[in-house]
Amino acid sequence: MIPVPPAVQRIPWKLIALLSAITGFGLLVLYSAAGGSVTPWALQQGVRFIVFLLVALAIGRMPIRIFEDFSYLGYLGVALLLLAVEALGFVGGGSQRWLNLGFMNLQPSELMKVAIVLALARFYAQLPPGSTRTFNALWPALVMIGIPAALVMLQPDLGTALAICASAAIVMFVSGLPLWWFGSAALAGLAALPILFSMLHDYQQKRVLIFLDPESDPLGAGYHISQSKIAIGSGGIFGKGFLNGSQSHLDYLPEGHTDFIFATMSEEWGLVGGLLLLLGFFFLLRWSTRVALNARTRFGQLTATGLTMTIFFYIAINLGMVMGLAPVVGIPLPLFSYGGSSMLTIMTCIGIILAIENDSKKRHSRLS
Amino acid sequence: MSRKKSPPITETWRGLTFTRRTLVVGGGQIAVGAALATRMGYISIIDNDRYVLESESNRVNLTLIPPRRGWIVDRHGKALANNRVSLRIDIIPDRMHSKELVLGQLRTLLQFDGDAMARIERDLKAASGFQPVAVAEDVTEQQYASILVRLPDLPGIAPTRGFARNYPTGAAVGHLIGYVGAPTAEEYEKVKNPLFITPGFKTGKDGLEKYFEELLRGKAGAKRVEVTARGKVVRDLSTQPDTQGKTVHLTIDADLQEYAARRMGPESGAAVVIDCLNGDILAFVSMPSFDPNSFSDGISNAEYGWLRADDHQPLINKATRGLYPPGSTLKPMAAIAAIEHGMDPSERHTCIGGYRLGNRFFRCLGTHGSVDMPTAIMKSCNSYFYWVADRLGYDAIAPTAKMMGLGEEFQLAGSNQRYGTIPDSAWKMKKYGQPWSASDSLNAVIGQGYVSVNPLQLAVMASRIASGRKLYPRLVSRQFSNEPLPFSAEAFATAREGMNRVVNAPGGTAGRSRLPLDGIQMAGKTGTAQVRGLNTGNGKGGTWKFRDHGLFICFAPVENPRYAASVIIEHGMGGSRAAAPVAKDIFTFLYDREKAMEALTAFEAGWGGTIKERMDRDYAAWKAGIARPDPGLAQ
Repeated sequence: MIPVPPAVQRIPWKLIALLSAITGFGLLVLYSAAGGSVTPWALQQGVRFIVFLLVALAIGRMPIRIFEDFSYLGYLGVALLLLAVEALGFVGGGSQRWLNLGFMNLQPSELMKVAIVLALARFYAQLPPGSTRTFNALWPALVMIGIPAALVMLQPDLGTALAICASAAIVMFVSGLPLWWFGSAALAGLAALPILFSMLHDYQQKRVLIFLDPESDPLGAGYHISQSKIAIGSGGIFGKGFLNGSQSHLDYLPEGHTDFIFATMSEEWGLVGGLLLLLGFFFLLRWSTRVALNARTRFGQLTATGLTMTIFFYIAINLGMVMGLAPVVGIPLPLFSYGGSSMLTIMTCIGIILAIENDSKKRHSRLS
Repeated sequence: MSRKKSPPITETWRGLTFTRRTLVVGGGQIAVGAALATRMGYISIIDNDRYVLESESNRVNLTLIPPRRGWIVDRHGKALANNRVSLRIDIIPDRMHSKELVLGQLRTLLQFDGDAMARIERDLKAASGFQPVAVAEDVTEQQYASILVRLPDLPGIAPTRGFARNYPTGAAVGHLIGYVGAPTAEEYEKVKNPLFITPGFKTGKDGLEKYFEELLRGKAGAKRVEVTARGKVVRDLSTQPDTQGKTVHLTIDADLQEYAARRMGPESGAAVVIDCLNGDILAFVSMPSFDPNSFSDGISNAEYGWLRADDHQPLINKATRGLYPPGSTLKPMAAIAAIEHGMDPSERHTCIGGYRLGNRFFRCLGTHGSVDMPTAIMKSCNSYFYWVADRLGYDAIAPTAKMMGLGEEFQLAGSNQRYGTIPDSAWKMKKYGQPWSASDSLNAVIGQGYVSVNPLQLAVMASRIASGRKLYPRLVSRQFSNEPLPFSAEAFATAREGMNRVVNAPGGTAGRSRLPLDGIQMAGKTGTAQVRGLNTGNGKGGTWKFRDHGLFICFAPVENPRYAASVIIEHGMGGSRAAAPVAKDIFTFLYDREKAMEALTAFEAGWGGTIKERMDRDYAAWKAGIARPDPGLAQ
């Protein structure tokens, strides 16, 4: 038997296979959503995946020290980009979420999902253990979360703002802050819910109301949720068969290749397809959680947990939305939905987690 | 929990806390994942049936195919109402994005005038959003094609190839058959039948079309098509053909009906022909009429206004809803009543140009000298019948009038009748609270005063005198006993002989209207009903609407009568002058079509063409704003 060279052994084949399986399934669905054509979505998405996969593997080879050193700088840079977007929108006379870089449209808010986790992880990694229960452990984190969350809300992009807050909160949680802080914050949030609700834009309020009662407006704003549920429900256990989804092919399902791609998939592949996809995501998150638990440094632990939450938040909110369990907030399904920005974010997350994994493999963890 | 009791925070504690909390977070994520899986299972297994149904109702659009309406045919199976292929254009208001743009395009493509646009705007306002509004029916193939190719730019426009109601003889059957039209929004609200809002579906709105609606409607077919969310048809899935409505067989003779209608010419009036063997109505004409084809296609404001403005009242069925003083046409009936009350028909009365009742003198139209009963009928001598009425009183005559069908409302398919009055003392006491007077009897016996009847009743009376049986008029094959009338043969013989002499004896009032046939003679009775009040002329000329009505009842042949008829010409100035010649030609047509057509052709040349030609010209003139010339001055 030919010995496998170490360079090949170091490549995370299992992870690549898992990512390719999920994305490949997504490509099939995109192919069907386009009416049985690789254009305009499947081909481009496939090429994009390969490029971003290489980027992720490259990131995974980088020493974890780099992320820690540049975390604050990166955070600041992304925050400035967010400001720039806001300013551009102000000058342009409308809301804007992206910067045109020529070859792609960059959404700084997507980068912020990663940057906030890195910045907070570094903050808590540097925090002396004795300060964990002091106010000093809280306020800088709150400022770091508050600024980007507010900027993203201004865009207005409720979904991304929530994603930023959720990942950040998880980092704070696992860094050992007192439980009662979270308990009282949750209570305060609950109490402030009506006020927060009144601060939302009209269309956002409407989406939340429609989510609570989708049948109230089946042809208007509740249309998305109704049609998505019809697509999933009519698929049954085994689905209508590849290329046979009427909801998506006859345009009843809006955004069938982006935010509502899960409904497109479920219609043709049924519950079986849905559970397989959930299983794929389970393996992905199990891997990243294990990386977090086995991480050698505290920065690695916190980062891996936070990024796991970032990926999970995408999946949970998107699936909740298409099944009528969450409001329509416009969050894509990782690796599955057509689109560059979200894939860039996810693959960056995976790359960083991979770097943490490589780091822990290199030297024996001093924590274990 | 108190912070003071907590152990000091060390790296080890922090690491343990991290592991514990990360496991909690992971567990929470698994719980959420399980919840999502459960939710998906619930939607796709438990609710599967419901969502499959909703998905199908999304995908499949069921289009109803309006059923072809049943034909209405005459006694020989000839169509009075049938269907023809029709290309139509509709608007579905809900699907229309820019009304101005679409209507503007339509106007150019279909070359609409302002009148048609006004009708569409009016209908659009009245319709609820999902209810189609007819833009045009019977567009040409070219126009249809021009709409089809521009369909992507005309959202809300629905062109369909279907069937439309067709009335081959047009205005000749307007009042008899009625017409069809698109159901109104109220009708749809009542039944909620989706067929009612299907483009091209029509229901009977009047006459027999309305009466036999259930029979004629048939069953809708259905076409299942796959459509996209934007309503674009992807492919046909299946088609179930419609079931045509049942055919309604009438007793009408279509050719006779058309002939009678045409023979009325420009006059306003009615003609009813009844088969003396069984009560079949062979012709049922009220003229002028409307063209039911126009109504069924959605009549324009202007055309409806034109019909309403006509003082000859084309929208009223005069055969059943026109009430007229019957005048002298009641005299044969009065003769029968007199004989039944013991009068001897050969008893003579001397006409001195009138009859003196107390200090009043009731005038006769002539001075007829000594007349017996048949001669009195022949000469239409008022004095004789004044004398009869004075002797018997009208309470003796009224029951006979009612036995003859006067004042009766008949159970007749699809007709809406005004049945008039046969007065007697009880009626007058009830209505006016006054006792009956002898002068009331004198007026009533010559068909004036309180007496009013419709043309259908007069025809029934003629058929009953001719047959001696209580014939019940019918338009469809229904069984009636038609038992003999309880009058003596002598009474009938006298009345018939009098009517025979009216036409065929020298000196009869309708001597000019003998049938131009060998061996077949017609018996009849003229009537002239006064319309005028005081100071409006003598009824023999002057303004059209103050002239006397001309009436005529008749039957033929004199021996063994087969056909009976009544003809009323409004303001025709006399029965012998206006009504009898029409009846003569109608009867001629029954026996010798060529001869009758010859006469009609000559007449129509003088009148300016067939009914349709004259109506079209009249309508065009009316639209051009030319006032209708007063028919009184035109003569």
